[in-house]
Order: sequence, then structure tokens, then C-alpha cells
Amino acid sequence: MTAQHPPPPAEPGSAAPHAQPVPPPPPHGATARGDAPPLSPAPSQADIDEAIGAAHARAAHAATRDHPPRDFPPYRSSALRHPLAAPLPLRDPEAVELRGPVFGVTDVTALDSDLTRRHHAEPLGERITVTGRVLDRRGRPVRGQLVEVWQANASGRYAHRLDQHPAPLDPHFTGFGRCLTDDEGRYAFTTIKPGAYPWRNHTNAWRPAHIHFSLFGDAFAQRLVTQMYFPGDPLFPYDPILRSVTDLAARERLVADYDHELSVPEWSLGYRWDIVLDGPAATWCEEGRAR
Amino acid sequence: MTEPTAAAPAAMPLPPTPSQTVGPFYGYALSFAGGGDLVPAGHPEALTLHGYVFDGAGEPVPDALLEFWQADPAGATAGAPGSLRHDPATGQVVGRDTVRFTGFARVPADADGHWTLRTLAPGPHRPAAVPYLALLLFARGLLHHLHTRVHLPEHAEALAAEPEFAALPPERLNTLLAVREAERRYRFDLRLQGEKETVFCDFPLGPHQPPGAAPVPGAR
Repeated sequence: MTAQHPPPPAEPGSAAPHAQPVPPPPPHGATARGDAPPLSPAPSQADIDEAIGAAHARAAHAATRDHPPRDFPPYRSSALRHPLAAPLPLRDPEAVELRGPVFGVTDVTALDSDLTRRHHAEPLGERITVTGRVLDRRGRPVRGQLVEVWQANASGRYAHRLDQHPAPLDPHFTGFGRCLTDDEGRYAFTTIKPGAYPWRNHTNAWRPAHIHFSLFGDAFAQRLVTQMYFPGDPLFPYDPILRSVTDLAARERLVADYDHELSVPEWSLGYRWDIVLDGPAATWCEEGRAR
Repeated sequence: MTEPTAAAPAAMPLPPTPSQTVGPFYGYALSFAGGGDLVPAGHPEALTLHGYVFDGAGEPVPDALLEFWQADPAGATAGAPGSLRHDPATGQVVGRDTVRFTGFARVPADADGHWTLRTLAPGPHRPAAVPYLALLLFARGLLHHLHTRVHLPEHAEALAAEPEFAALPPERLNTLLAVREAERRYRFDLRLQGEKETVFCDFPLGPHQPPGAAPVPGAR
């Protein structure tokens, strides 16, 4: 695990000088992995570790560290894609963003939550179930809302044409699913455990295995897109995307629990991951809301 | 299990699950056919809203994802299901039913950073409210999504008079206004960073509670 060391020049014993901050990528980063291009001198893992330490030190004074700062230099693609101005706070209790889109039985089919049954045969990999509850910050369940997931296959490759990582595609796995939460806010997916994969943020950059989640609350202001990680992954200390969440306790909220009670004998391993949506809920209209 | 139950809601607000970037590979999962068509082509009242997303170097962002949420022309914000309506035989998304206005759209930017939305003009969501479309932007490189609002130019004066926007200089306020290009066609560009940076907004919890809302149990 990388220590939270201060910014340069404190680097005793370091092999390479790191006087320069991590260079931003050139404007056009569209490459095989869709990230930083291969032509720029790629930083080393040590460069990235140091930049993470510096960014964490800067963030230590932030009022809240629940979410990543949008300006996070170790994740190089953030360099030109974060606003410089602070967001304008809006507190209108009748803002359109305090209501949100609704979804129903026409939007999701029963098969959509099983990512292993989309093709004519079973995908390769370790079959898992992932379940949990979607709650608002007061602990109330988010009912009847859309949960979407997408992920790489067991070999660490996405079924996306721009992903040219030389790992095999699986003809029996595409890797996306949808479901609606039930009256307790519960969601459940059956899938296979995704593989780790390399990317081009820096030399020898690897993403820990993760499942992308997209979540809706009752209010558009509660919208969340995030990633779920698997417990005990040895790649956690090296990943600038997970570590963009500068608070350890907040980072741990992105890691699912292995739950033996959820494992199905002779069939699948079970993971539990509860999700709490930030932002104001639509308290003022909840009674009148059709479900 | 440690999760709170419905009978005993958490006394203190729960800490939220952090955001993470949408990444580059959402395209086969989140994008869906007709995602930007809130009304069908040829609808007599349809208006087209389109634009580009630019990064801090002025380059287009080819892998941005935009979502829109809006009131219907009468100002109703109840929404309707069916944005992702499926054909049960094939499992494919077949588009909205052309009758119900769902209020929700999702549009991935093209390779040149351009996006297009076909919709109806939102009505005022309360008497005398300035109508707008709520816009949510996701992208690779963006660790936490960004909210902004699209206003049609006929509401420019009313927007400038809104107390919440009063502190913005005119050139910043203008980033929240679409430009009329032709009959029923408007342009709205987003700039993530730097000169002419779009005004983004957020929705902090409190201290203003909605009128009549129950206080948060145990809140300090």
C-alpha cells in the first residue's frame, strides 16, 4: 500500500526523479484502451503512486471526501475534463432535478438480470450473484428504479470494439444487464466474475476487477454511476481510479462483501453490495408518486 | 446483516456510495436505440436540440454520455415509463411508444463529440417557473458526473432574473442558454474546462428543507 506521502521533493531512496507533475495526455486520447495514448512518455507506477499521495494530501482538507475530486492528476484523462469553477449550488425545493425518470415493466425483461443467459451457451468464468439494496441517505429503500450493470468478461475484455486488449472475447458473454429494484430497494444479478485488465494510464497500469453500476433514485439529483470492486483484490493500491476516492472509508464502500449465505451450493458464489445514493431525495412529492 | 430496516430508518444520514467514472466502454450497455428521440421524427411540435462537448483544449469529447430529464409541455414532472421499451420476443429496445412522454433521454456523443436530442419544449414546472431541461454529463476522465441546465433563448430574461443565478456574470449565464439556429432548432455546446466553461450545478443537502418536509430524524 502506498503511503500518503507529501508532494515532491520528499523522495528518499526513489530511483527516478519526479520533479515534474504527471503530464496530461495529449488532447486526443482515443486509442486501443480509450485512455492515454501510447506516444506520450508514460509515467511509471512510482510516478502515479507519488501523484496519488500528493492528491490525497491536497484533499485532506476538503469539507467532504465522499466522492472523488474531479481534478485528480494520477488519472490522466481527468486533466482536460474537469471544470475549473466550483459547481453552482441550487436549493430550489421544486427543481426539476428533485423529480426523476420512472421505469416500468416495459423497460426491463425478466431475463435482463442474468448475464449468463444471453447466448446459446454458458460463458466461461466463475459464476457469481451480486445483490444488495439501493437506499437514500436516510436509509429509505429506492423502489422500482432502474439498475444497469456492465463489465468485462472473465478474461478482462469488454465486448466493445474499441477494447483491443489481447485477451479472448467470449462468444457467450456480452456483459450488460438491467433490473428494477423491488419494494425493499433490492437488486440482484447473476453474472461471471470479471477479469482484471491493463490500460494505458501509465506503464503497467491494471484495473482491479470491477462491475460498472448505473443507478437512478427518485430524484435526478440522486443519479449515480460507479464501480463495484471485489474484496481482497491485490490491485487496489495501484489503481488511480479507485484511489481517486481519497477517503479510505469511502473507498471501502465501493468494495462488495463476499457473503457465504448468498452462495448457492454447486452453482455460484455470492456477493453483497449495498448502495447509498447521495443528493436530496424527492421528499416533497413522495406521497403523490405513482409506483 | 447491517442494513437498516424500513421499521427503523437510520437515525443519521448514511454516507453515500462514491461516484466513479463511466469509463470508455459503456456503449454496449447504456446506449439504446432512439435514446435521444423523446418524440418521433415528424412530430409537429418537435424541436431539435444539438451541440458538441469540448474538453479543456477545445477538442471534442467523443465518448461523452448525456442524459436529459425534463417536464412535459404542460410542466408535469411525473414522467412516464417506457424510455427503454423492449420487444419481448427479441429483447431489443424498440423505442418509446410515441404516445407517452417519458421525459428522459440518453444520448452518447458521436465520434466528433456531437449529440442530438429531439424533444418537446418543457413547460413551467410550477406557476411562473423558468422552464429548462436538466442535463447530466458523463465521460471517461470525469470521475463524478456533472449537472447543468439547458434553457431556450426565449427564457433568457427570466433566467437572468432568477435569484439562484443572479451572481453569475452574463458570459457565464449565457452558457446555460441554447442558441436558436433555425425554426425549432437550437444549439447547446458544453465546455468542460477553461474559457467559456459551462456553468455546472449541484444540489446540496440542506440547509433549506422543502416546505412541509419532515425533519431528518436525528439530524443535527
